Amino acid sequence: MTEKKLADWWTESHASLYAKLGGEAAVNAAVDIFYRKVLADPRINRFFEGVDMEKQAAKQKAFLTMAFGGPHNYTGMDMRRGHAHLVQQGLNDSHFDAVMEHLGATMKELNVPDELIAQAAAIAESTRNDVLGR
Amino acid sequence: MTNIKYGRDTYPLGKDQSVLDCLVERGAPVPFSCRSGVCQTCLMRAVRGVPPEVSQRGLKDSLKVQNYFLACVCHPTEDLEAALPHEVLSSVPATVTALEPLNGEIMHVALECHAPLEYRAGQFINLFRDPTLGRSYSLASVPQQDAHLHLHVRRLPQGKVSGWIHEELRTGQTVEIRGPSGDCFYVPGRPAQEIVLIGTGSGLAPLYGILRDALDRGHSGPIRLFHGSRNRAGLYLTGELRDLAREHSNFDYVPCVSGEEPAPGLAGGRAHEIAFREVADFKDKRLFLCGHPEMVSAAKKRAFLAGAAMKDIYADPFNVNAAP
Ligand SMILES: Cc1cc2nc3c(=O)[nH]c(=O)nc-3n(C[C@H](O)[C@H](O)[C@H](O)COP(=O)(O)OP(=O)(O)OC[C@H]3O[C@@H](n4cnc5c(N)ncnc54)[C@H](O)[C@@H]3O)c2cc1C
Ligand code: FES
Repeated sequence: MTEKKLADWWTESHASLYAKLGGEAAVNAAVDIFYRKVLADPRINRFFEGVDMEKQAAKQKAFLTMAFGGPHNYTGMDMRRGHAHLVQQGLNDSHFDAVMEHLGATMKELNVPDELIAQAAAIAESTRNDVLGR
Repeated sequence: MTNIKYGRDTYPLGKDQSVLDCLVERGAPVPFSCRSGVCQTCLMRAVRGVPPEVSQRGLKDSLKVQNYFLACVCHPTEDLEAALPHEVLSSVPATVTALEPLNGEIMHVALECHAPLEYRAGQFINLFRDPTLGRSYSLASVPQQDAHLHLHVRRLPQGKVSGWIHEELRTGQTVEIRGPSGDCFYVPGRPAQEIVLIGTGSGLAPLYGILRDALDRGHSGPIRLFHGSRNRAGLYLTGELRDLAREHSNFDYVPCVSGEEPAPGLAGGRAHEIAFREVADFKDKRLFLCGHPEMVSAAKKRAFLAGAAMKDIYADPFNVNAAP
């Protein structure tokens, strides 16, 4: 595929994933479940100590929108910048894996078909190196 | 470099500096209170330039479109020309009609607005001692029941506004208020949903309004109020609340003291801890949290983890800015 076609394919397939999942309504349904799992997980919840819950929930929503292939403003650079202080506090692959686990479990809880869960996971996975600053 | 124009002067905004800090540092008379984007005392308007979205959080849509913003959480990336909101959002005069101590440290203040004020019980107004010194106080009154606005003001040591209210304000005097603001109030609908109210100190003010509003609108689900103080002397309106509990079988009142042995009829411990002991599951429940900011933040997180949906948690932390 040419660069252009690849980009189109990416946009189309992901836009349709977002639509298939139910767009913003799906994100809204998922965000409480997902964030609750993240906050309750002793492997990662120290990264959320002392942060304002509302602001953090907004970030979780932005993350899910991206994972679901919806419209988002993240760039690799923002991902790096946004997580740099956490990397300094020891954020690593194991923590990223934990978040991925909660993403999958959240979608399972919402009865999302496996094939769509896999697509969303692939999108989230594509940010790993940026998040971990590599 | 971003510049803030205010009046005749233009100031360069320091790195990570808020518009409020920049102006106050230069001696510009911008009022503020919480410095954390909650109380709306530092409301300003961008006459030129567009304020960032986060600095408009919690403002009414009508204000957003007019480029109003909260200076204390405003970190613009483009130049702004800012003005205080007096022209459009002129404050309303209100006459003090009653000042009665509710206990040793909390004063009931009743205000009669010179123009009708549309509000919901539990919202807050900003009360100004002078044009640059204002603080937020929650509304304990219910529009359909009470003719005047009711506040419960706790006196803080060296508190510029609360001290003035306790010591100098007199009935018959007229003050300026602005508002209402805030979204911590009862929304009709889902009348059978359980409601849990948790407050400390004068955090009872909005809860007392919300409670009576919900009962008045025929809320039929259980309503449970946990009000806490260090000692018995810090509780107030206990008689009124017990009466309400007798009149309404779906309402239950639990006064809590954390710093002394509880007397009969009181629970021992912090209000939110007792609430979480008695209400284990917050799924499908509506929750109101008011008062001490640390209590509010801890309880919010715990209720969320115990199943409360984010949209069902209403909170007003009484942020006090301790900086000189
Ligand atoms: C949304 C909202 C609703 C609210 N509702 C209510 C309500 O219903 N009832 C209520 O009682 N309060 C309420 N508050 C709190 C209220 O707005 C004020 O913050 C409070 O009354 C204190 O104001 P003050 O001017 O008296 O004290 P301030 O002068 O602002 O002082 C605040 C504290 O800092 C300390 N302090 C001041 N200067 C210094 C210094 N130089 N060094 C060290 N410490 C210092 C003071 O001793 C005091 O304890 C609410 C706040 C918010 C944000
Ligand atoms: S909102 Fe800015 S000082 Fe409170």
